[in-house]
Amino acid sequence: MKLLDVKDLEVQFATPEGSVVAVNKLNFSLDKGQTLGIVGESGSGKSQTAFALMGLLAKNGTISGSAKFEGQEVLNLPEKQLNNIRAEQIAMIFQDPMTSLNPYMKVGTQLMEVLIKHKGMSKQDAFNHSVRMLDAVKMPEAHKRMAMYPHEFSGGMRQRVMIAMALLCQPKLLIADEPTTALDVTVQAQIMSLLNELKDDFGTSIIMITHDLGVVAGICDSVLVMYAGRTMEYGSVRDIFYRPTHPYTQGLLKAIPRLDTEGEILPTIPGNPPNLLRLPVGCPFQQRCEFVTEQCQQSAPALAEFEAGRQRACFNPPAAIATVSGSEA
Amino acid sequence: MTKFIFKRLLEAIPTLLVLITVSFFLMRFAPGNPFSSERSLPPKVKANIEAKYGLDKPVIEQYFNYLKHLVQGDLGPSFKYKDYSVNELVAQALPVSAKIGATAFVLAVFFGVSLGTLAALKQNTWLDYFLMSGAMVGVVIPSFVLAPVLVLIFSIGLKWLPAGGWNGGAVQFMVLPVIGMMMHYISSIARIMRGSMIEVMGSNFIRTARAKGLSMSYIVIHHALRPAILPVVSYLGPAFVGIITGSVVIETIFGLPGIGQLFVNGALNRDYSMVLGLTILVGALTITFNAIVDILYAVIDPKIRY
Repeated sequence: MKLLDVKDLEVQFATPEGSVVAVNKLNFSLDKGQTLGIVGESGSGKSQTAFALMGLLAKNGTISGSAKFEGQEVLNLPEKQLNNIRAEQIAMIFQDPMTSLNPYMKVGTQLMEVLIKHKGMSKQDAFNHSVRMLDAVKMPEAHKRMAMYPHEFSGGMRQRVMIAMALLCQPKLLIADEPTTALDVTVQAQIMSLLNELKDDFGTSIIMITHDLGVVAGICDSVLVMYAGRTMEYGSVRDIFYRPTHPYTQGLLKAIPRLDTEGEILPTIPGNPPNLLRLPVGCPFQQRCEFVTEQCQQSAPALAEFEAGRQRACFNPPAAIATVSGSEA
Repeated sequence: MTKFIFKRLLEAIPTLLVLITVSFFLMRFAPGNPFSSERSLPPKVKANIEAKYGLDKPVIEQYFNYLKHLVQGDLGPSFKYKDYSVNELVAQALPVSAKIGATAFVLAVFFGVSLGTLAALKQNTWLDYFLMSGAMVGVVIPSFVLAPVLVLIFSIGLKWLPAGGWNGGAVQFMVLPVIGMMMHYISSIARIMRGSMIEVMGSNFIRTARAKGLSMSYIVIHHALRPAILPVVSYLGPAFVGIITGSVVIETIFGLPGIGQLFVNGALNRDYSMVLGLTILVGALTITFNAIVDILYAVIDPKIRY
């Protein structure tokens, strides 16, 4: 059985200007111990996918489709059942560690309450366990830090607290929503290597939501590229990086600055993602695509398997290009 | 924290001194004096009376005399109630006002915070609309309109509660004055609380708490209440002053023997020492209360340290 099997996930928001489809018929699955990367620009629906799985959507959001976690449906569950899954089975870490911890509560209390609620631990046990977990995320002087408030921590340290908090109950799945976006580069690298280590230590599967392809290459087994709420390309990290065949994926990979192309202008994808309220007829990427055809403007390409284990939504796929030099993966 | 409290106490002294000086001279320079409203006295008698209260001396000397007594805790003799000192009168009246004011204040905070939280959690439902329209009515109706209406309904109409009087502070005599005094503050606090609770519930750390599988009631009480109550705490300072000033109206309407009545009579009779004494009392209470609010802030918000 798959650990997580998502079928036709759709997230809609009712807004005063009309209904917005933020996530459009998403299909993906995850095996135990695997890491899936969900990649896309801001507003592509990757965070909303995560919120839908955790039952954390804004009040005006509605979900359809199915997401089976170890065979159990997790979408649209009542709050009470959700609370038994959250933190215990599926945990989440968020984009902005500066605002994701409660500034009015000691860090220790915020850790301990998870164990007291889910494991029924005594305060003393919860305290000891929390200290051990802070040690595991390489927090110096963990014991002393328990009595401190979030504003006494740096951004990287707060994200370590968030990770420790998420792993307290040893969940089977960790959803990391851009865990390094708000951190500076050296701290990003520390947090990523920490996640990589913990993934092996705890045997946790991870859904890594990011717009940083470097992060994906470092940690993920498979990648799902999203654009305007839809899947553009889905396959193993190796295939996507070494033989990307969707114009959008190619564009993303070409836009990574490289050390061996000194003096050249960095290629970018022209234009902006479309307004989800006024999506063009046909492929959502057509306005920015250099391979656009008439067909692309009439109907949206369906996601289809074109090779074993690889899916793509494109009418006019360009030839696979070598975007990443070498083949060390 | 001790250092902070000490500092606030020191700061209070010049503030009070300015308050005393301004009130003292304003009153002396206003035309008339405590005895001018009575039938005109023979010059000899008048001189005698003025000598007794020290009014024959230069104003500056009177001022320093007043300060000298004040330092010893003596607010001077009342000019109107001739056999009583201001200290005695205030000691009788203060417990009445304090009992009503404190009850109204505590109930206003309790109900305001609870109802505001309820409205926030049920945002845009009939309950929210109901509570908030009620709060709107409560904010705009002044106590001098509300109190007579309450008397009309519950005393004259239904005959459930007495229309006035104190009777040693028996509960049924307190109900209407307390309601009349607190409705405005319940409404204001509920409106402030609703707004800040909605904002806090939409913040990222509440999303984190939900992702941790904590129940909604636990999240509201343990995670949201502290930050959401901060704007209410800021409002407590002005609310406290409002309750004191409001007591003048309420005590007059219900005929309660409290500070408010002393204030009104003192002002009407130009009872210098009474008005001055009450001004100092209210000033000192206000300063103390604002210091308590500042301390409360530090207790609630760990980022604030004095």
